[in-house]
Amino acid sequence: MIKRLKDLKKTILESQVWRSMFRHDYADTPRNRTLQIMSNVWMHLHPPKVRRHAIRIRFTWCMGGITFLLFLVLTVTGVVLMFYYRPVAEYAYADMKYLQFDVPFGMLVRNMHRWAAHGMVITVWLHMFRVFMTGSYKSPREFNWVIGVILLTLTLLLSFTGYLLPWDQLSIWAVTVGTNMARATPLLGHEGPFAQVAGVTPRYDARAFLLGGTIVGPPTLLRFYVLHCIFLPILASLLMIVHFWRIRKDGGISGPL
Amino acid sequence: MAEAPGRAAVAEKAKAAPKPKIKPIEDRVHCWPYLVRSEYVCSIIITALLMVWSIGIDAPMEEPANPTNTPNPSKAPWYFLGLQEMLVYFDPWMAGVVLPSLIIVGLMVIPFIDINPRGNGYYTFQERKFAVTMFLFGFLILWVSLIVTGVFLRGPGWNLFWPWEVWDPHKVVALTNVDLPYWGPFKVLGNPKIFDVELLGLTLVTLYLIVLPVAFWFWKSKTSPILQELGPLRYGIVAFLFLTMMGLPIKMVLRIAFNIKYLWVTPWFNV
Ligand code: HEM
Repeated sequence: MIKRLKDLKKTILESQVWRSMFRHDYADTPRNRTLQIMSNVWMHLHPPKVRRHAIRIRFTWCMGGITFLLFLVLTVTGVVLMFYYRPVAEYAYADMKYLQFDVPFGMLVRNMHRWAAHGMVITVWLHMFRVFMTGSYKSPREFNWVIGVILLTLTLLLSFTGYLLPWDQLSIWAVTVGTNMARATPLLGHEGPFAQVAGVTPRYDARAFLLGGTIVGPPTLLRFYVLHCIFLPILASLLMIVHFWRIRKDGGISGPL
Repeated sequence: MAEAPGRAAVAEKAKAAPKPKIKPIEDRVHCWPYLVRSEYVCSIIITALLMVWSIGIDAPMEEPANPTNTPNPSKAPWYFLGLQEMLVYFDPWMAGVVLPSLIIVGLMVIPFIDINPRGNGYYTFQERKFAVTMFLFGFLILWVSLIVTGVFLRGPGWNLFWPWEVWDPHKVVALTNVDLPYWGPFKVLGNPKIFDVELLGLTLVTLYLIVLPVAFWFWKSKTSPILQELGPLRYGIVAFLFLTMMGLPIKMVLRIAFNIKYLWVTPWFNV
């Protein structure tokens, strides 16, 4: 019986189909360990080998990785939410209620999306904190730090645009408070310094451009939805690709030399 | 075989030469399995925590959006409450636009103004006291504590309430704040203006943002190797960012301890 199973395993592992997908053997040899990483598109975000200290939780706190994990969770749960949600003022709130009470596991998916979003803001701050404390922004990683700061800003903007979508009291007033400051942009906001010089008006200034009107209304909902589900995630993904690529090109995780 | 002695000599030399600083390759470990397995375990733990949390605690959902009913207080999402809290001390163009932009730009330029080569890739306070102190001050003392204040201590009318106090929407707080020219000893100056711009504030802001850093440069740059290495441009950026950051605690103290609202009023903006 055991021999049969072993034969079966051998047949499968040596079949053309299997070999077409996996290029490495399973014997625990250095060559295979390297191939497991190198011949797998996901794994080869990693180099085959890293410095010993880089895998210590104490060093990275795993914070960049956790941030990325949360981003992935947000993408998956976000796509599920998009199946049920319409960014139209008449429907948005009702769709949320439907999601919560009628969609199987809808509440769970919504909760996970919400809490992972808050979590990501926290972990991205902690990641920045760790990178600062280990001085990892120093040469040659200056540029990756700059990319990181943009990612941090994008994370906050993603969270903020998502905050509006439930279209409840909490969301419109939080977004009202948050976007009110745009009124005061120097030159570009109608209540900002030098507004008269630039000739902006309440209906025609930075805030109106952001909101698609003078108050947080239906056009704002659509704008924030598009930003939240399309523009910002794509931009953030692109920058994450650059971020990860740069980590490799800058010589892997920083460490004392 | 005339080469043989030559080779030996080369080998001898190589032995004597200082070892290259690159760590031997033995100090590296395979990602598979050593790194991948930690990542895997970490992902499982985080996902499990998130699931449990999400099963236990529901995301907030209030009444439908109603533009005619403004809640008091209206709070921005918690991660922006640091900015909202700054609104207490600065006008919106500063707190909402200029300061956030400076925070982002300031973070981005850190690698280019911190030219201390030590402390790259390991934890140390000793070797980079100034940088670490500045970062901790900005991040923990200013940013995080403002968020904590905004989340837990602000109630109706954006008044301060302790967590155990009842939120009283009719709490009366005496508005005794005055602008600097009308405060204490400065009253005697009679608030002189030029083109409607207050001279007192103009002088103070110029002193603080321009005269102070320039004077410090001329006083110290001859003797301080750090300043010489920084050079005037980097020094200028560091000084500007530092003084702007310190502007926040300064305004907080002036407001809380001395009831001073604006330092400088002009027809276009107030500081
Ligand atoms: C969406 C946000 C981000 C993601 C997903 C992300 C992901 C990662 C990951 C997975 C690493 C590998 C090491 C580790 O886990 O610590 C890393 C390293 C790094 N990150 Fe990020 N990061 C993000 C934001 C940031 C921010 C906000 C900064 C700084 C302002 C930053 C700067 C860096 C730098 C300089 C490194 C190299 C560190 C070293 O070599 O020790 N990243 N990032």
